[in-house]
Amino acid sequence: MDRKNNEADLEEIKYYIGTKKTLEEMPKLKAFQPFAAEVISYLNALSKELLRNKKAKVYPDVVTFGFWCRKAAMEELKKDYTDKIEHRYGRGIAFHIAPSNVPVNFAYSMVAGLLAGNANIGRLPSKEYEQVDLIIEAMERTLGNPKYENLRPYFCLIKYGHSEKITEYLSALCDTRIIWGGNQTIETIRRAALKPRAIEVTFADRYSMAIINADQYLEAMDKEKIARGFYNDTYLTDQNACTSPRIIFWMGNHINEAQEEFWKRLNTIVEKEYNLQGVQAVSKLTTLCELGATHQGVHQIITKNNLTIRVALEKIEEDLMDYRGNSGYFMECRVKNLDELLPLCKSQCQTLSYYGVDLSQIEEFLRNNRPQGIDRVVPIGKTMDFELVWDGVDLIERLTRVVKIIYDN
Amino acid sequence: MIDYEKILNIPPYAYDKKEKEAFLTEILKDLTKHHYQNCSQYKGILDALNFNSEAGIRSYQDIPFLPVSLFKKLELKSIKDEEIFKTMTSSGTTGQAVSKIYLDKETASHQQKTLVKIVSNFTGSSRMPMLIIDCPSVVKNRAMFSARGAGILGFSIFGANKTYALDDDMNLNLDAIETFLEKHQGKPILLFGFTFMIWQHFYKELKKQNKKIDLSQGILIHGGGWKKLQNESVNPQAFKDALRDVSFIKKIYDYYGMVEQTGCVYMECEEGHLHASIFSDILTRRSIDFTPCDIGETGIIEVVSILPKSYPGHVLLTEDEGVILGEDDCPCGRSGKYFKIHGRLKNAEIRGCSDTYGPQK
Repeated sequence: MDRKNNEADLEEIKYYIGTKKTLEEMPKLKAFQPFAAEVISYLNALSKELLRNKKAKVYPDVVTFGFWCRKAAMEELKKDYTDKIEHRYGRGIAFHIAPSNVPVNFAYSMVAGLLAGNANIGRLPSKEYEQVDLIIEAMERTLGNPKYENLRPYFCLIKYGHSEKITEYLSALCDTRIIWGGNQTIETIRRAALKPRAIEVTFADRYSMAIINADQYLEAMDKEKIARGFYNDTYLTDQNACTSPRIIFWMGNHINEAQEEFWKRLNTIVEKEYNLQGVQAVSKLTTLCELGATHQGVHQIITKNNLTIRVALEKIEEDLMDYRGNSGYFMECRVKNLDELLPLCKSQCQTLSYYGVDLSQIEEFLRNNRPQGIDRVVPIGKTMDFELVWDGVDLIERLTRVVKIIYDN
Repeated sequence: MIDYEKILNIPPYAYDKKEKEAFLTEILKDLTKHHYQNCSQYKGILDALNFNSEAGIRSYQDIPFLPVSLFKKLELKSIKDEEIFKTMTSSGTTGQAVSKIYLDKETASHQQKTLVKIVSNFTGSSRMPMLIIDCPSVVKNRAMFSARGAGILGFSIFGANKTYALDDDMNLNLDAIETFLEKHQGKPILLFGFTFMIWQHFYKELKKQNKKIDLSQGILIHGGGWKKLQNESVNPQAFKDALRDVSFIKKIYDYYGMVEQTGCVYMECEEGHLHASIFSDILTRRSIDFTPCDIGETGIIEVVSILPKSYPGHVLLTEDEGVILGEDDCPCGRSGKYFKIHGRLKNAEIRGCSDTYGPQK
């Protein structure tokens, strides 16, 4: 690559934290060990900074992130790794490519990189979000504290347009590349080569499902909370996140009553809080028609309006997820046992959220059938909660290297 | 079954609300039954929508509407493959899926006849010399029609001595235009083209060359939508004014129509209103529950047409937004609904973890 051109291309990088020099110096940095005390202390200070900010209070996603960064929470996370981290060190430089439409995702990815002990380059979403600004401000202010000055070289947050040259430069710089976002993004970014020893973590397009035991649900005292949780799992992201359930499986004896109650409560929230646009209404009808045209035993269940489209299925077919909808479009199917879910538990299947279903039953199902998919099993309402093990990948493990030491007895 | 020969002889703006309602309901009911029996995918869709039987239809408003984009995703037809006479496609930009509309001879012929009935109500029935504001190559492949080619061929029936105003590189062919105008001096002439093409390759070119031509005897019919012109902030009145400025043309008629319901065009009258003929109708529906809008209330446009027999496209929900201005009371004297199209439905910014680099639709 022509050196001059290269320089000119790199001028297009906009720095939000760090400078050109930060990038250049990064390869010389020493990696931390996972859950290093100074990192946890910094995150705790960041958490305080965020939670004290009045402007941040209107954004539940920012508040959740703030809570997640607390020292107590970090110590809790650390417990899972106590035995594993003694000889682990960050791999070096982690290059995070955040999705354009989940504002706080970049922050979780960055923090995972930090916790694992890496220096981090974060490519921010191209779209403007106040959440992003708030978090960057808080990060910057916390770094301003002399106590954390030594962490500053480990932060570089940037934005750039569709520049292959910049992606190539950063990819050649990093030891781990983390791509969040759809298959198309992964395909584009992958054209840029990594260093021979560098590795990549990709979070590709996935789909998710939910399962509810009707009888347990009917007995639940906290139906409001379940409805709110399910709303957050779905409508909050236009039911278009990888984690949003597209199909609900119902088990138990009193399915009709449970469904009626479940959808009625959800509708109360949706009517108040969700804004459905014309295109979304048409798109949901289109999805339903396509499914009906190509599959037997499909019936729309009449709802009050287009805010929620419900589709009853008589059987579960392998290609159903090619006909998944968003913005409040739910397929539903009654199942007697979990094995019936198998046709959909393919590698693309990410999260199975549940209510009232015996976990040991789900675990047994996974052990017996060993499906390629289902990387997460979480209660309804928790699908969006970030965890260090995501999509079947343990980020702390993946972003560190292990020094193998053999003792001479 | 439906006696098209008889029906298509009824004057296109003859019925008032009540007559038209009964007329359309009867025919569209029959068509629904016909497609249900002859197109398994249509049957699947109606079954999924819990549609029991056409016996329950009290008005054509009750018939399930299919989103037009289904014709891009599915091959919907109610005829056998060997009966396909021609396949029409929408003119999507490269890479986009296009609608595929399968026609047999009968449906194709009804489309042509209906178009003649409707348009001659505005132009008169005698043929006129015709200047097509497009390039000749757009109609070359007759087996696979694009919407543009189909539109030109469809409207060509009103013209004689057809001349193309653009060459195949979309340059203005001034020589051809001048020869054409000289030859037909003083006589009424018909001009046809797509709104954006006319603006981009005809008007702008004349303007650039500082050239004025005399089309004072001309009748211009144009369609294809305003999306691109809206981007350039050109509204219908500005369009008319600009054309009058370079060509002195007085009669300019926009039309609304789509390849999925070819033949049933909605012509703009002298008052600047788009009109539904008796062969088709417009409904507007609310996003929240698809209930019909009131007159004057903006909604999603549904179109119904009595022509689609070879494919189940008689009741469609478009991706356009518009408003019905009135019914049976347009000052131009034509009965039926008259309306205005606002344009495509606004694209929602769907959230979720999609592509960083994904195409921004």
